[in-house]
Amino acid sequence: MKLKRRNKLILVLSLLGVCLIAALFLASAFGAVSISMPDIVKMSLNKIAIFDFPTTWTAAEETIIFQIRLPRVIGGALVGMALATAGVLFQGLLRNPMADPYIIGTSAGAALGATIAMFLPISLAFLGFGMVPIAAFIGAVGTVFLVYNLARVGGKTPIISMLLAGVVVSSLMAAIMALLITINDRLHLSLQSVYSYLLGHISVTGWEQLAVIAPLVIGGVIFARFFAFHLNALSLGEEGAAYVGVNVERDKIVILALGSLLTAAAVSISGLVGFVGLVVPHAMRLSFGPDHRLLLPAAALGGGAFVIIADLLARTVMAPAEIPVGVITAIIGAPFFLYLLRRTRKEYAF
Amino acid sequence: MIGLEIDRVDFSYFDGLVLEDINLSIKAGEMVGLLGPNGSGKTTLIKLASGILKPARGEIRLDGNRISSLIRRFIASNVAVVPQQFHIPFAFTASEVVMLGRTPFFRALADESEDDRQAVDNSLELVGIDELAERRFDELSGGERQKVILAMALAQQPKLLLLDEPTVHLDIAHQMEIVELVRGLNTGRGITVVAAMHDLNLAALYFDRLILLKEGRVWADGTPEQVLTEAGISEVFAASVRVEVHPLTGAPHIVVMPRVRTTKPH
Repeated sequence: MKLKRRNKLILVLSLLGVCLIAALFLASAFGAVSISMPDIVKMSLNKIAIFDFPTTWTAAEETIIFQIRLPRVIGGALVGMALATAGVLFQGLLRNPMADPYIIGTSAGAALGATIAMFLPISLAFLGFGMVPIAAFIGAVGTVFLVYNLARVGGKTPIISMLLAGVVVSSLMAAIMALLITINDRLHLSLQSVYSYLLGHISVTGWEQLAVIAPLVIGGVIFARFFAFHLNALSLGEEGAAYVGVNVERDKIVILALGSLLTAAAVSISGLVGFVGLVVPHAMRLSFGPDHRLLLPAAALGGGAFVIIADLLARTVMAPAEIPVGVITAIIGAPFFLYLLRRTRKEYAF
Repeated sequence: MIGLEIDRVDFSYFDGLVLEDINLSIKAGEMVGLLGPNGSGKTTLIKLASGILKPARGEIRLDGNRISSLIRRFIASNVAVVPQQFHIPFAFTASEVVMLGRTPFFRALADESEDDRQAVDNSLELVGIDELAERRFDELSGGERQKVILAMALAQQPKLLLLDEPTVHLDIAHQMEIVELVRGLNTGRGITVVAAMHDLNLAALYFDRLILLKEGRVWADGTPEQVLTEAGISEVFAASVRVEVHPLTGAPHIVVMPRVRTTKPH
């Protein structure tokens, strides 16, 4: 029994880990210039000073890999890991299979923040980030904070109030967005930038940004694993979880904060990439079961691989034009989701 | 074994008192049934005793310790609750659900221990559902699910078991099975039991002490014979009944007297 569960865990995670690494190299190899995968492996190993392979590639190729492709591909992996983990956290906490990382207002807050930053005549940079990612991050985290406090009554924050408050706050923000878009010419707001942000577009300007996002996302994914048992218990509902020893109000704050930070980190470098936070947790749950001890790390690895591949398609399918990565995730994600749902229809009992 | 004291407790939701001046002392090892009409406060009393609701006035003590001063993890390793039913939105197996009862004993990143697995196996066996272990919880019948939930509560290795109308959605055979299981846990293992019950006859057959609630107050407290009287039941439930004697056990047996005659008299 013990070995069975452990073996499954090791097997599934190794498999998904291999997929993620394969996706990393695959996506680094393709683009405007194709670079052979063995060369990428060799130059990476040279770079981290493990080996000293003879140089069989050009300096330009090395620049493309290290200055352009790898930052973007790793950025994509981090976005996928963050969104898929946040999706598992929100679905588990809210006990709602339709929940995704955007459900309680992170997306609306991030979009509004980013849009405001686009027309404000201020430009500053912090840790390698410009105004837009910073404003998106603040918008996402601030909205969840607002929703949580609006939903709070008498020392408790019922899940249902939080969902309702999330819907209302999101609609309000969407209305403000619509207003800003309407008067875009007066604000000198580029509709193209707003549009690109809303559809999702991975924009990593360099290693400096990754040095901030990576610890946040990887730290968040590891920290989430500490709540695996409690997320399992939360399947019983708030009262049921309390009966088996979970401090529900405290867990709610921590899980919400963690999920929101992960989402905010993702949307700050990618805009609103949809479907990842919904489809990846479901695909993993349907394939490997609902136990969060396996589900959390599996979703992180699967989500990373999924966004890398989606972003590879986004920049190669119609090259030199680039399709928004959110369009690709939806085009792949929706049918895949329907397939899974039909195959195991009984999985979700309402 | 663990005792429960409810000392001058008032409780209200947003509007009006739900419980008023409740004083109860339940000794370790007792098997107590809570009776009363819908809305009389049975469920609220169970929730107060489990510590998930806080009294507006008065205090509740577990083995002499104020429950409000205890952390949830500690409470859950001593007190287990079986509600009317659980809805679990994800596809856990029965044994995974029972394992949720081990939550208070888990440490953050550690895996489940041999003790945990042993406790789950024992609980499944005790409730007699070993063969359901790998079945999916959401595909089980209502009676089977309730047994899984009882096994989950037992996996907590509780000293006090609180049940909130555990048989309310079950057929007669499953009702008896659940109540007899609980009775066996009380006599066999000395687990203190407090159960809200809606079926008066079932309560009369298996419980040593019954507490009758009316509009948030204790109306009667004693043995089934003392509590289940014709006058008492007609007063509290506003139902006309006759109390007979159970032919086998001698316990009070309540016969409902119809106000409309549906069968011809002999």
